[in-house]
Order: sequence, then structure tokens, then C-alpha cells
Amino acid sequence: MLMLLNFALMKLPQMSKHKHNPLIEMDSSSYIGKSIPRKEIRRLISGQGTYVDDIQGSKIAHVVFVRSPYAHAKILNIDFELAKTYPGVIEIVKESDISQYCQPYQGLLKHLEGMKAVFQTPLAVDKVYWHGHPVIAVVAETRAQAEDAAELVTIDWEELPPVVNEEEALLKDSPLIHPELGSNLCWERKIDCEGIEEIFNSAHTVVEENFTTSRHTHVTLEPRSILADYRSSDNQLIITHSTQVPHMMHWVVSHLFSIPESQVRIIAPDVGGSFGLKIHVYGDEMTAIALAIKLKRPIKFIADRLESFLSDYHSRDHRVWARMAFSEDGKIQAIEMDDLQSMGAFTGYPRGSVNEARQIINLVGGAYDVPHYKARTRVAYQNKSMYGQYRSVGHPVACLVTEGLMDRGAQSLGIDPAKLRQINYIPQNSFPKKLKSGPTIENLSQHEALDRLLEMMGYLDLRSEQKALREKGIYRGIGFASFLEMSNPSSNTYGRGGVSIAAQDASTVRLMPDGTLFCTASINEFGQGAATIAAQIVADVLGVSFDRVRVSLGDTDIAPFGGDNWGSRGTGIGGEAIYQTALALKNNILDIASQLFTLDIAKLGISKSYVIKLGVGTQIISLEDLARIVYFQPEKYPSKKAPELSVTRSYAQKTYDGICTNGIQASYLEVDPEIGEIKLLKHWVVEDCGVAINPLLIDEQIRGGVIQGIGAALYEHCIYNEDGQLTNGNFMDYLVPMAFEMPDIEIAHTCTPTKTSNLGAKGAGEAGVAGASAAVLNAVNDALSVFNVHLNAIPITPQNIIRKLYKFYKE
Amino acid sequence: MNEPLEIINIKLTVNGFIVNAAVAARKHLVDFLREDLGLTGAHLGCEHGICGACTILMNGELVRGCLVLAAQANGSVIETVEGACESGRLNQLVDAFQACNAAQCGFCSPAMLLTAGELLTRSTKPSREEIREQISGNYCRCTGYQAIVNAVEFCFDEVASNE
Repeated sequence: MLMLLNFALMKLPQMSKHKHNPLIEMDSSSYIGKSIPRKEIRRLISGQGTYVDDIQGSKIAHVVFVRSPYAHAKILNIDFELAKTYPGVIEIVKESDISQYCQPYQGLLKHLEGMKAVFQTPLAVDKVYWHGHPVIAVVAETRAQAEDAAELVTIDWEELPPVVNEEEALLKDSPLIHPELGSNLCWERKIDCEGIEEIFNSAHTVVEENFTTSRHTHVTLEPRSILADYRSSDNQLIITHSTQVPHMMHWVVSHLFSIPESQVRIIAPDVGGSFGLKIHVYGDEMTAIALAIKLKRPIKFIADRLESFLSDYHSRDHRVWARMAFSEDGKIQAIEMDDLQSMGAFTGYPRGSVNEARQIINLVGGAYDVPHYKARTRVAYQNKSMYGQYRSVGHPVACLVTEGLMDRGAQSLGIDPAKLRQINYIPQNSFPKKLKSGPTIENLSQHEALDRLLEMMGYLDLRSEQKALREKGIYRGIGFASFLEMSNPSSNTYGRGGVSIAAQDASTVRLMPDGTLFCTASINEFGQGAATIAAQIVADVLGVSFDRVRVSLGDTDIAPFGGDNWGSRGTGIGGEAIYQTALALKNNILDIASQLFTLDIAKLGISKSYVIKLGVGTQIISLEDLARIVYFQPEKYPSKKAPELSVTRSYAQKTYDGICTNGIQASYLEVDPEIGEIKLLKHWVVEDCGVAINPLLIDEQIRGGVIQGIGAALYEHCIYNEDGQLTNGNFMDYLVPMAFEMPDIEIAHTCTPTKTSNLGAKGAGEAGVAGASAAVLNAVNDALSVFNVHLNAIPITPQNIIRKLYKFYKE
Repeated sequence: MNEPLEIINIKLTVNGFIVNAAVAARKHLVDFLREDLGLTGAHLGCEHGICGACTILMNGELVRGCLVLAAQANGSVIETVEGACESGRLNQLVDAFQACNAAQCGFCSPAMLLTAGELLTRSTKPSREEIREQISGNYCRCTGYQAIVNAVEFCFDEVASNE
């Protein structure tokens, strides 16, 4: 292991350099900031992972769902008598058969003025609201039998007019999805700005654009999966769930199923990707839990890929009109923006479905010094699949709009796009800076990030190369995207709106009798490396080898309650809780040693699993011997106060709504104008996550995010037809990025630690997605600038490029 | 199990062991391996032959376990990721995956390992494009693919540095 580690440290390509955080005392044995490979990887790649579907047993029954083939319809009659006779069938239920177990739920953020939402139930009651809406649940001994029987269920329907266009949805004569709400508008927010019209009228340069980002989805490779087990003898509900948020689910399940929280246990085993998908409550999953209680048998539900497309949350479906006014010297004078988000037929529970719109109106123009900002965002109900958070919520859309306008501005003004960004960044002496939209930014490193990016790219040489090649009929483009990244969220996101999602995290660290350390925490692991980061922090603070720390996450019976991982909070908030816990345990250990040996605690430290005398380094007692005294021979310990070798501490970020950080990306690509093909040549990212605990993990996580953003830019689109039918819900028609088309991505970091914590870490998980789509769109437009066309919609398909260039070819 | 369909008797070699089994005619090979033999290293990502998560070796060739029926595997020699790792033939690549952080959620990883492992039989180091092409039938949503490409290169570089 150690050899491997050293090898990795020495030989890995493109290791980025991270600045030392002055807040943390480091010595040669420190782990914070080191590129340490994850322990779990060997287990996962060799096929020893345990995902929900890997848990098997003859007691487990399987549930599948009959889903609506229509976007909007009345259920006239259901007949499952024949299906019930199919071999292996255990039970077939409709909503009224399970309503006694699970209460209806409403996704409403009460602190968002004017937000409207209705209650929903796990299965449809008398109407269906989207293509894929679950109606009937079939339980059988095997999944194949359940699928066979489901085909024998017959439902008579009366089709209703579907609402599938977000603009028409808000017209007065539109059919209403929920007549009791009075309109199809879910939420609206406006930011007014007096006199902005005059500024636009008198500005030297105004650029304006209609942007479209297309509905797409997370596509975790492991589909949604749940195994629910109810033990009626002692009223215990144990749920093994492919979830990003076991603690949130703990509260949700207890609340919906009226079982005390102490009786509910959520276990997140290995989770095959989430990206915000497995952060929501799904009707089919709640049905599986209800069935486990009703049938007193463990019930497993594993979504197949086709139903995943129909029932997973979708995201990023926006139409944005925006304009930007510049002075002659390129300073932004004003931005006006109007965003329309197309959602599903219900608000997601418990997180609502409007957080994208919230972030977009917050973040458009946010990377720059914008003196005047007028904006509106609206969210329209649609007869389409559920809708909500996907990694980097709202950021990619806000970035696409802002950065698209910046490039249009640069072109109109004749200013280099990098230069235009530089002259408009928020001045370094104005932090903390309150944005016109509300959030306050603690501190950014935009100028440094841009300088670093241009250096990494060899920008001027690249421009020369681009120019030389253009003369040969090769069209290459460079696209920039500066982005903001919200992380370390406070309770402003949910708790203040009455939603029971923790903003606080807690951790327990325990010194074991053999001197090893056990750590658990309320953050969760689904591939990003949370467990490794936890182990690094514990090992670093407690002066032990990384290999002597074991971390267990994702089991609500083991971990203290807290906020889970989302919104780039795991390291920033959970990591700080772990850091505080480790410090407290260290203090306890030193206190015990000082009493055992009558030494001044201030002169003691821990190194290499020994309590040592600071300065001289003399070993006083090993952690193992100390623990053995505490556990097995407590009479040797002189104080009456019992020593604590198991410590729990908590942390919440309460200073800002979120800790906003920043970065910049650039894309270099080639467009073949004859066939509309795009070849990605290279991608660069400079990101600021404050103190980087583990650059190796951060960098590939950012790369993965970039690939998701490229997927949105070039391929991914859930295409609904005018009847509200999803027409491409499979992997042959819904394209995702594969290795061959993807570029190498070079990453570097700036380091601006947050002062709100001792650790100083900020988020990194959103960074890749936040800017990638915008960088690619801008690069395509740069490549095609000679044709004087502007693409303004993603995904940028070859067809869209050809369509834009058609006029040029005709002439 | 009351399986209403035809049952077929098959005999095959899985990870070096001879297996006799009675399987439903419609059962896919990956379901047989996962459910009947407990070899859960091959995963179901799409069940229509695109994502590659169910990749295994059948008679030495990479195949999609979701596109082959168990009955079709009668008489064949199957190697799953469990067998490949147990034999140690991919140890070097496993080390490289870990060192390069070439897996995150891990759901695609066993299949990615087998697919990338095919390159190790080459006598010369493949180009990055060749590595990318090799793994282009395996969908990964977490990494940027770059770490996986690095891991394969890492193996060849390590051999070179040891020589």
C-alpha cells in the first residue's frame, strides 16, 4: 500500500499543486492535502462491492410497477384479477390498498413566497400526470414473474389534454394540471431594478440572446434501488437504499410511515452514483416500503433502465432571454434576465423542484461586478417526469447565460474574451460582497484563476494556432466559462423553509483498545471519496497512520444524525465536524496521558501512534497502551472523571447562506462545418475549493463533472413529443459521453480557504458541471465566428450546427 | 419457483469450476451468474447491451452478459471479474486503478477492469486514443475517463520502469 502510494504521488500525471493552509499546523506525517488513493477501490473494482441488488435471499419478494402510458389521463377502471392468478404472484396493489401505510406528501419550501404545490401519493389515485407515473404495484417471488404478471394488468383510460409546453402552460386558456392551484405556475421570483431601461437605451453596446438548455437527467449507472424490510415483532423498519441521503430518508420514512425515528434504520450500502438523483422521494420506492409493512416480507425494487428514464427526476429544462449592457471600455453596466423553467407535474419531496430557478436568478452575472440587475424566473408545471436537483443545481444554466453574453459582448466590443472577463471580475478588495440577488460571497480568486488558466492553456500560442489553421479551412474554437460554485450550504436552503433536512453534521471518533481509530459521520459515500477524506482528517489530527483509521458511513444506526452529502457540503461541513471531533479526542488522549504521567498537557502531542513530548519527540505511551488502561484497568487512571475515548462533535455553517467559491474553464475544439461534427481537443479547469484535502480525488471528481457538462452540451436530451410521450428513454436514443469522444482535462487549483471553519475547505463537486457546457458552447461559437452565426441552445447536435449554417451555404 | 417456462440443463465452466445447472430458457447469462451463482461483480446498468456494466469473458472474448442467454453459454468457459481477480492476472491493473483513482462509485468498474485488461496482453503501450477506444463500450458517469486511461498507461510505464 505504502509503496503504491509513494509511486502514485511521484508518478501521477498532472498532479496539481495546492497551497498550504496557514490555519492547519502540518508536519511531515500530515495527510490533509495529500493525494491518497481510496481504500474502497480495490473492493469495488474486483467485484466485491455490495450494491442493493447484490443482496439476495429467498425471503425477498420483488415488486414491479405498471406505469402510465399517457402524459395525462383519467383512470376509469383497473383489472388485475387475471394477473393475480399468475404463478409466483404474491400481491397486486393500487394506491387505496397502501394509503393506510404511507401518508401523502407535499414538496413545499415555505420560505419561498408564492410557491404552490399539491400533495401527492406513492401511486396514482384516479388520474395520471406523466408518462411513467406508477399506478399498480405487482409483487411476486421473482422479478421475472412480477414483470410477466404486470403485463396482464389492464387499465381503461380517458385521455386528458396534456400540458407539455412551458410557455403555453402559463397562458390563461391552458388546461390546468392542478385546477386547485389556479394556474400552472409553481413559483415566480422577480428582482426589480429602477432605471435599467435607460441604462440599456444609452449603453455603448448591448447584446441579447435567447438561450435554451434541454431537459436531461442524471443517468446513474446503478438505477434506483431499495430493499425494505419490516420486522413487525418489534416495529422495526430497516431499509437498504441506494441513496445519497440516508439521514434525510430516515426522517422522511419515519414521518410518512408513522414509525418513530428510533425504530427506523436506513443503510446506504455501496451506491452506484447519485449526482442528486437519489436525493428525492419516489412513489415507487415508498410503495416498496408500504408493501414490506403490509406483506411482512422484505421487498426489493430495482428500477430497470427504461423505467428509470420515465421515472427518474429530470433537470435543467430552461428557456432564458437575457441581455447585457456594456460601456465602451467593456465594463458591464447592466444585466436583464428572464428564465422559464419547465418542471414535472408535482414538486419533488421534500426538496421542492424550484431550486434550479432559485440558483439561476441568484447566480446570473454573479461572477462579475454588475451594478444593475433585473431578473425574473418562473417555474411551470408540466405533464412530464418528476423534476429537480441534478449536480451543480442551476449553476450550468446561469453560467451558460452569463458566459454566452460575455462572449457576445467581447465579439461586439472587439475585446479579447479573456480580457473582458478580467476587467469585469468583482474587485478583490470588495469581499465579502453581497450580490443584487441576495447571497453574500465570502471571497473569490478570479483574477488568479484566470491567470493560471491562460498560462496552463498557452493561450496566446493557442490563438495563433487557431488563426493559422483557420486559413487552412480548419475551424477551431476556444471558449471560456467563469463560474461561481455554491457550497457548504446553511439552513437557508431547506431548514428555514420548514423542510427537515439537516444543515448540521456530526461525527464520532473512537480510539479502539488496540490503538486503531474508528470514525463515523453523518456524511455519506457514493464514490466521491468521503470515507477517505474522513480517514485523512482523523489520521492527520491524531498522529496515526492513515491505515489505522477505519471509516463507516451511511448507516443511520451507526452514524450520528446530520445532513448527508449534497450541494458540496460533505468536506466543508462534514469534514469540519470530523476535524473538530478528532481535535476533541486528541485533547482527551493528551489529558489522560498528562494525568497518568503527571506532565503538562501543553507539552504533549501525538505522533506515529504515540503520545510524545513536543519538541524533543520522546515517546510517552502508545495509543494502544493508553486505551488498554482506560478500557481494562481504569483504576490506574487517577482522576474521578471517567475518561472519554469516544467523542462526538458537530458543526454547521451559519455565517453565509452558502460558501461561494469560483473557478474558470476553457474548451478547445474543432468543428467540421460541413457535417456539423465537433471534436473536443482539450479542456482546462482552474478551481478554488479552499483547502484541498485530497487533490487526487478532487481532480477526477471535477473531470467527471466536466464530462457531465459536456454530455449536456453535446448529447443529452429527454425528448418529449407533443402528446407528452418521452420518445428516447433508452441508451440507444439518449446519448451519454463515452471515453473516445472525451478530451483530456487539465486541472489546477487556487486556494482561498473559507474563514468560517478551521479546516478551510470549500466544495469542489459542482465545479466541473458548472462551467463545462458554457465553455463548449462558447468554443463552438468561436470556431464558427467567421460564419457570423450564434448557437444558443444545448445540446449542440450536428443537425443544429448544419441548420445554423444552412443560410451560409445557400448564399 | 413456479417458473412457467421451459427449463434447460446446462454445463459450463465458470472461473475454473464446472457448473451444472437447470435454467429457465429466457434467463440471461448475467442473471444466472448473479442470482444462481452469487457472482454479483457483473452489474446490470441497462439490460439492453449499451452500458457495458455486465461485461464478462466467454471463451476468452468480452461479451455483454445481458445479451447472452444462460442456455447459450452451455459448454462455454466463463470468466467473471471475481475469477479474473482471484487468479491475479489483473493485479497490476487493479493496483493502477487504485493509484490513479480510476473508480468512484465502482458500479462500472469490474466491467471496465475486464475491458481495459484486454489491453495488457499487448506487447507495446497503446496510445491514449487506443485506450479510449477500447473502453468506449463501457459507460462511466463518475470519472472523467481520464483516470482510467491513466491507469492503463500506468501499467505499461510500470513494466518499462522495472525492466
